[in-house]
Amino acid sequence: MIAEQPDHKWILRLYVAGLTPTAERALANIKTICTQHLEGQYALQVIDLLESPALAELDQIFAVPTLVRQLPSPLRKIVGDLSDIPKVMAGLDIKTGPQ
Amino acid sequence: MEISNPKVGTPFPTIEKASTGIAGLDEITGGGLPARRATLVCGGPGCGKTVLAMEFLVRGAQQFDEPGLFVSFEEKPQSLVENFGPFGFDLDALIREKRLKISHIDLSHGEVIETGDFTLTGLLIRLEHGIKEIGAKRVVLDTMENIFSVLGNTENLRAEIARLFHWLRDKRVTALVTGERGKEELTRYGFEEYLSDCVLLLDHRITDQISKRRLRIVKYRGSPHGKDEYPFLVGETGVSVLPLTSLLLDHKVSDERVSTGIAALDDMLAGQGYFRGTTVLVSGKAGTGKSSIAAAFAAAAGARNERCLYFAFEESAAQLARNMRSLGLDLDKWAKQGLLTLQAMRPTFLGLEEHLLGMIHLIDALKPSCVVIDPITNFLSAGDQPEIKAMFMRLIDYLKSRKITLFVTALTAGSDRPDETEEKISSLVDTWIALDLEVVGHERRRQIYVVKSRGMAHSRATRELVMSDHGLSLQGLEP
Repeated sequence: MIAEQPDHKWILRLYVAGLTPTAERALANIKTICTQHLEGQYALQVIDLLESPALAELDQIFAVPTLVRQLPSPLRKIVGDLSDIPKVMAGLDIKTGPQ
Repeated sequence: MEISNPKVGTPFPTIEKASTGIAGLDEITGGGLPARRATLVCGGPGCGKTVLAMEFLVRGAQQFDEPGLFVSFEEKPQSLVENFGPFGFDLDALIREKRLKISHIDLSHGEVIETGDFTLTGLLIRLEHGIKEIGAKRVVLDTMENIFSVLGNTENLRAEIARLFHWLRDKRVTALVTGERGKEELTRYGFEEYLSDCVLLLDHRITDQISKRRLRIVKYRGSPHGKDEYPFLVGETGVSVLPLTSLLLDHKVSDERVSTGIAALDDMLAGQGYFRGTTVLVSGKAGTGKSSIAAAFAAAAGARNERCLYFAFEESAAQLARNMRSLGLDLDKWAKQGLLTLQAMRPTFLGLEEHLLGMIHLIDALKPSCVVIDPITNFLSAGDQPEIKAMFMRLIDYLKSRKITLFVTALTAGSDRPDETEEKISSLVDTWIALDLEVVGHERRRQIYVVKSRGMAHSRATRELVMSDHGLSLQGLEP
């Protein structure tokens, strides 16, 4: 599931293990944040570890859901259902400009 | 006829155990760690947790055909492989043969922020993947507790860790989990609450500049176990726990006799010499002939076509052989036939436990039927600590359990009577022979008598020990 946009400033990966309610919550939360604040500048990939277990090693995933901010660097991981939106925003370092 | 010693005859009940293959550990645990359960090994930094954990997997793969998965939350696989080379563990080879897999969970990979509900399913998926890949029967988690410092000590995480251990149990693997020693609890984050089947505590302390490692079994559900603190060493071949006691082994007491190598001394011991598998002490001042009696015993073993291992702590092997040649005892002959190994050592008191371990390794390798320690006094003077005596008790137990006859000499200080000064070890020995010097006219004569000899009607006489180039003999004292 990739939002096709050229020259992404933001590359995000959401690791889940099956589409559990927690995973769906996390996905909805990050989608909301992306559409509101990063429209046109992000790529979001969802990786289901039940389908590709070997990928867990790639980003050293131990907890799910984990959102990995690949870009901008440095790499960051946000663990959990991402329900604390302000904390997620702070973690991703998204500046909230005037709406 | 062999009589079973009732003290150690109680068999362990049948909770299934996974042998560790680690010297001494299987003995004190009554056969190993609980099979298909998780064991917690905790201790401070540098206590040897990781070595013990890795050795558990290596020996499991090599000796018990149980492949092992090592999940490292700290060290990288390459540094583990390098660190274990010096122990003679070729981890690379085991990894190539798919008998070992090291999986690195790098908790420091990227900054981690926790926001809301999560599960450890990511970790479970990686464990599952690793277990399947090599068909692992043993799993190590080293040190998983670090996850608390990354995700925070929350109810969510604790519930997930409980789930992980249930999952491991369902996978029917024997797990070893390491934990960092906490200030008040056994582990920093109270890991012991999840792992209640078996808990081992390692301790590394420095006393009087001497490094000491100890291992204690804090609990072992469903199994009796050794309760002491056991000396534990990280040596050239990995970990050894130094009880090496007879806890598991049913001591057999033998009626069989072995010759002292001196016919007249055999006569004093009810005509037949020492009991096989017992401990013999010969004490006396310098120059009374202790080493000569030890050498006679070693030569007699050779004559019976039995192997003897002789630890010489004061003389070199060549010097001892030369001196004994002058008494008509040809030690070289037995050495050439492989029936006698003369091991000259100088006890450095700093490494006493290492020394004892080295001796035990040699005994294990050579499988002698007789062992001589000449003299043992050098060890005893190394410390009046009760633990030295405890260590010798363990050595004696170890030899007895293997029916090896132990012969030790002890040097008596100048003015002391030879039969009054060895209280440190005399209670541990079965047969005690004392040597003394008596001045008769212008001549000093060696006297020999049996202080005690358990289980036999020994002579109460004092005889003269005569040494000539024809060998050793005893004579009645002139009135």
